[in-house]
Amino acid sequence: MTALRVLRLVARRPTGAFGLVWLGLLTVGAVVSLFWTPFDPQRTDPGSAWLLPFTDGHVLGTDRIGHDQFSQLLVGARETLVVAVCSALVAAVVGLALGLVAALGPRWVGFSAVALIDILVAFPTLLLAMVLAAVYGSSLGTVVVAIGIGFGVAVARVARAEITAVRGTDYVLAARVGGAGTGRIIRRHLLPNIAPTLIVQLSLVMALAVLVEAALTYLGYGSAPSSPSWGGMLHEQQAHIAARPLLVIWPGLAVALTVLAFNLLGDALREATDPRLVRTR
Amino acid sequence: MSLLTVRGLTVRLGGKTLLDGIDLDLGAGERLGLIGESGSGKSLTALAVLGLLPDGAEVGGSVRLDGTELLGLDDRRMSRVRGERIAMVFQEPRTALNPLMRVGRQVAEPLRRHRGLSTRAAAARAVELIDSVGLPDPERAARAYPHQLSGGQLQRVGIATALACDPALLLADEPTTALDVTVQADVLALLDRLVDEHGTALLFITHDLAVLARVARRVLVLGGGRVLEEGTLTDVLRAPTHDYTRTLLAAARATSFTREA
Repeated sequence: MTALRVLRLVARRPTGAFGLVWLGLLTVGAVVSLFWTPFDPQRTDPGSAWLLPFTDGHVLGTDRIGHDQFSQLLVGARETLVVAVCSALVAAVVGLALGLVAALGPRWVGFSAVALIDILVAFPTLLLAMVLAAVYGSSLGTVVVAIGIGFGVAVARVARAEITAVRGTDYVLAARVGGAGTGRIIRRHLLPNIAPTLIVQLSLVMALAVLVEAALTYLGYGSAPSSPSWGGMLHEQQAHIAARPLLVIWPGLAVALTVLAFNLLGDALREATDPRLVRTR
Repeated sequence: MSLLTVRGLTVRLGGKTLLDGIDLDLGAGERLGLIGESGSGKSLTALAVLGLLPDGAEVGGSVRLDGTELLGLDDRRMSRVRGERIAMVFQEPRTALNPLMRVGRQVAEPLRRHRGLSTRAAAARAVELIDSVGLPDPERAARAYPHQLSGGQLQRVGIATALACDPALLLADEPTTALDVTVQADVLALLDRLVDEHGTALLFITHDLAVLARVARRVLVLGGGRVLEEGTLTDVLRAPTHDYTRTLLAAARATSFTREA
């Protein structure tokens, strides 16, 4: 199935369409913000502080020191998207590697891998990120690695269960009867058949990564405070939540919508990539 | 010299003896029925011949194909035997095919692996094979996913895949049990014809005497992991020497009576 066909099937569902549209807008916004934003997101201008939305060209208004909120959201989207995608990649690698070893390795290796997965799953990802940030300094890389490992082990657990199930099927036995080796069976039979589940898992990881990244920057463990991010905006504005609730609502809404979009997109993708669920013409 | 020679084949798993000294001979192009109740070790015998026993199984004895010992052969060399010299048809056609792979590609798999055919050549040959098992519109069937075909069609595809590399030995593990009675007869006739045309030796596993009578003359009765009786089907039917064979016969008669009544 071609990628284009999958995309069309995803777009046909309302959930998938919402996910695609929101994430598309976000990506466009993030790319545009590299070259242009309505205002310099870092410019402090006491003269235009506390502006309400739609005044003097500030679509979402400004904060205490005159930062344009819309520009800040656009620039913040970069960090959100980069963290979401990179964390999911790390989680996919960690999850697949651990899952394959746990499911296909010799008995004692599999047992150790399962024990490792269980221990790491029990360890809160937020805490793991804080520990890593404390040791290696807070940076985007640390956040990505922490989220990738933290959620990757959860992916590994699901991957192991799925691989074990697929490995026991007749068609894998049939493939072995046909002379296929382990590598070919992994590529042709195991990976394609666990892909739908894995895609949903990874979309969940992306959604959670957005949330955790915002939480970490809010707590001051993420990227440098100088670079605008949604979590940083929440952190900035929380002191004035009673006076200007809107300023907290914008980044909060952005995080919530993005989390929702990743979740819905994952669901739509799963349905679109499973030929058993696709209506045939 | 016989094609397949099994001597004293013993399989232990988790402290239980599942196969206990199976002896079996099958000449090139010959047919042998393997009959017995569930758990008697029929399928396990087939898997042992293929070297695909579950993890942790202990195997003893000897399995020889054309004089080459298969037991203890390393996985690389064994995977060259599988699909090329020995192939298998499964009981459940629906689960024996990868649901996410087009049928044609699954038929082409052994060809690409053992014959080194290019993707295109293998695909073309797969369509021919699908045609040879009597599927209407083979090109369309090759492009279909398994869920788009019926059980009988899928079993025909299974047979096409098994015979793709023209194996010397075909193991058929209750290939008609999961099919409708009307389709059973067609699939059996097809198997009968193709095995004849290719000169393939057939090891036919079943618990259904009526089905067996259609494809094989010689039969091996298994029970509790042992060979209980061996001989031509008519001999075994006429004068069963073992209690278990008698039970099997009585059961077959009982069911055929109820069917007629």
